[in-house]
Amino acid sequence: MISLTSPIRTRAHDWPAGVKFAGLCVATLALFFIEDVAVNLAIFAAVMMLYVLPGAVFFLAGLRQLRILWPFILVVLVWHIWVGEAEAGLVIVLRLSSAVALANLVTMTTRLTDMIGVVRRICAPLTWFGLRTNVLELAIALVIRLTPVLLIKGRQLSESWRARSHRRSTWRIILPFTILALDDADHVAEALRARGGFNTKETS
Amino acid sequence: MEKNVALIALFAALIAALGLIPKITLAFGVPITAQSLGVMLCGTVLGSKRGGLAVSLFLLLVAIGLPLLSGGRGGLGVFVSPSVGFLIGWPIAAFVTGLIVEKWRKVNLALVAGIASVIGGIMVMYVFGIVGLSIFLEKTLVESAALVAVFVPGDILKAAIAGMLTSALAKARPASVLSRADVV
Repeated sequence: MISLTSPIRTRAHDWPAGVKFAGLCVATLALFFIEDVAVNLAIFAAVMMLYVLPGAVFFLAGLRQLRILWPFILVVLVWHIWVGEAEAGLVIVLRLSSAVALANLVTMTTRLTDMIGVVRRICAPLTWFGLRTNVLELAIALVIRLTPVLLIKGRQLSESWRARSHRRSTWRIILPFTILALDDADHVAEALRARGGFNTKETS
Repeated sequence: MEKNVALIALFAALIAALGLIPKITLAFGVPITAQSLGVMLCGTVLGSKRGGLAVSLFLLLVAIGLPLLSGGRGGLGVFVSPSVGFLIGWPIAAFVTGLIVEKWRKVNLALVAGIASVIGGIMVMYVFGIVGLSIFLEKTLVESAALVAVFVPGDILKAAIAGMLTSALAKARPASVLSRADVV
């Protein structure tokens, strides 16, 4: 699977994930109040500097993840040049790029376990309303484990389709795929219950 | 409890898997990403609450850095990009879709699931998506709507597929279509 985390270890990996997350929230909010082109340009340059600091490998990996923005950038720039407000368009594009680049920076330099730690802390107040964080964490682990399982089964399904038909698989293949998921859910639920379910006392 | 958690987790994984499998070709040869079809199915099969929770769980995993959105996108960046409105609309779309299927029991399931997918999976989702686009790109609502109008026909096709799949599922695994659990 493609990874969104950094290919190399950076100093920012050691910073507490909660601090990085809070910083990101504040920075993103602040970005939306800055209307000046020059300031936005300076911020974008500074963010790019952050990408350059850990080295070329990190920089290129970061740029690859910013590619999702190009349709928006194209639309906004073409539009604003068309209506003759190029400067306003530039502000939107720069702000957008800085915000997404900063957010990607946090994702790239934070390990999954640290992220789950942040989720646990953010969700802590919700326990008063009946949310059980241990159940949530188990659900996260289940999805991470089961997505590749489903993918393998989906691939087997489309192989068996191809073995029987000369045409490519159509949407109809989603039906057996969904049935597979439903049956897997039955098995997982049974397995969870067999191990005591969610009502056993925490031992750790 | 265990059953609900397993179903919610499996459907979150299903949305992820539908985004990662190669694009599926429709009858007219138009390739689609099946991910928003997964959102509709969460509503029509799991019902409002479980469906909404499954989609929320999926988005949580995307937020903590797993590349599960179609095209391998993910991480915190997608939540500050202009299309974030659609993502915020997803769980609500699944909830509304599920609610309609739960409440409207008199008509044939395929038809209800299809209509529910149009109302929840298209109308509700586009309202959020378009508002998000207009905020991020500083365009009016009409201009933003024009930007995404090209995707609507594909989504209508997906809603029709969701309706047919739901009724086929009800035949294959009657007990599994929880939005209609007591009607077999």
